Amino acid sequence: MIRISGLVLRSTAWRIAVSGVLLLSGCATTTGSSDPRDPLEPFNRSVFAFNDAADKAIFKPAATLYRDLTPALVRTGVSNFLGNLDDVWSFANSLLQFKGQAAAQSFMRVNVNTLFGFGGILDIASEARIERQREDFGQTLAVWGVKDGPYIVLPLFGPSTLRDVVAWPVDLKGDLLSGIDHIRTRNTFKVLDQLDLRASFLSLGDALEDGALDKYTFTREAFLQRRRNAVFDGNPPDLPADDGTPKRPCAGVVHPRGARGIRVIRFGVSNVT
Amino acid sequence: MRRRMVFAFPAILMGLVLLLGAPPVAATEEAPDAMIKRLSTEVLDGIKSDPAIRNGDVNRIIALVDRRIMPNVDFPRMTASAVGPQWRQASPEQQKRLQEEFKTLLVRTYAGALAQVIDQTIIVKPLRAAADDKEVVVRTEVRGRGDPIQLDYRLERTPGQGSGWQIYNLNVLGVWLVETYRSQFAQEINARGLDGLIGVLNERNKSNAKKG
Repeated sequence: MIRISGLVLRSTAWRIAVSGVLLLSGCATTTGSSDPRDPLEPFNRSVFAFNDAADKAIFKPAATLYRDLTPALVRTGVSNFLGNLDDVWSFANSLLQFKGQAAAQSFMRVNVNTLFGFGGILDIASEARIERQREDFGQTLAVWGVKDGPYIVLPLFGPSTLRDVVAWPVDLKGDLLSGIDHIRTRNTFKVLDQLDLRASFLSLGDALEDGALDKYTFTREAFLQRRRNAVFDGNPPDLPADDGTPKRPCAGVVHPRGARGIRVIRFGVSNVT
Repeated sequence: MRRRMVFAFPAILMGLVLLLGAPPVAATEEAPDAMIKRLSTEVLDGIKSDPAIRNGDVNRIIALVDRRIMPNVDFPRMTASAVGPQWRQASPEQQKRLQEEFKTLLVRTYAGALAQVIDQTIIVKPLRAAADDKEVVVRTEVRGRGDPIQLDYRLERTPGQGSGWQIYNLNVLGVWLVETYRSQFAQEINARGLDGLIGVLNERNKSNAKKG
């Protein structure tokens, strides 16, 4: 789950977006006992293994160093500042989804934190119980009716779905960090962003190792559920119980609200859409 | 989500602790949200007041779970749900082993998270259910440092047993536990059958136990 420098990213993202659009128009076929939400499973598994290795070798040690060397206060400040920038984008997306209350909340959060929180370093809005509601363009597309598409694991960036990959370039445009012209500052912030994200998952990683029978499946399941949860803002409609009936492939459910930097797209298999 | 995940652990563990055991309570029926509130508070207090658990003593946590949570959880249903359609074809012996291994896996895996509970509090949201619903969802939030963590329970009405309600699924941060394990179990069952699944769970539990 790492963003590389803005420029490289954009061109890769456009290439993915184009091929994504082509894939979205057709439905994948189910094969044998594989999960219909994940028709690209063999490809995804190898990318997942690569990401896991890269994580063990690079990102986890880096994030551990970051966590151990920076005082908690500094880390919280960084996290709050980046979260504030996210809230601006959430505001825009809430508007696009016609979610008036969520938009108002995000707007208030940004104002309160920027004016009274020293530009977002203090998260005063959360103290005041103004809840954060993250919205990104992938969720906006979902609310507009675009289905998830296949589950895809992106190299270094982690789990995603086709729709969210397609939404990626728009999210990049909405990322205020990209608006900082001074390259060094921008890159420093982007690196801090990723370190911050990875550091927050450090304790979870051990549980994943112990508790998951298959890390790949566990991650996919958790990811898709969280995405679905996010799209429906915490109240997803119930899926029918799994009784072994064949599922319609490419049915999509969207989840709003992935974490920062995690493009999650859920490939829900659903007879209820 | 980032900061939430750090604290997901105590939440997951709390939820699991609630799922896995509690001493039988008086047979008067309690409202499901009141029951969750009571259990959560009891568990949190039990953790905060026990220095051995705070130091990560896994056996104490397992004892806490067995003592306080098991009676309030319909674990056969949870396991059956996670195993899927194959459950009906399993022998009673297999079913019993599956339940045991699944329970051990959950408790041991998340035991470390309980030790991290410091000053979290649980807020139970108002129950949105009709008076005669047989199954309800109780929504709670774990509040501590960072973003609040969503923690939801699915309960079924069990008149005459315990407080009248039993938990059969748990949701942390939008992820339902049973569904998450269902896809993993299905994979194992497809590859190696029920006995294969039991074997895998058993091996995993043994290696987790070795890690202490």
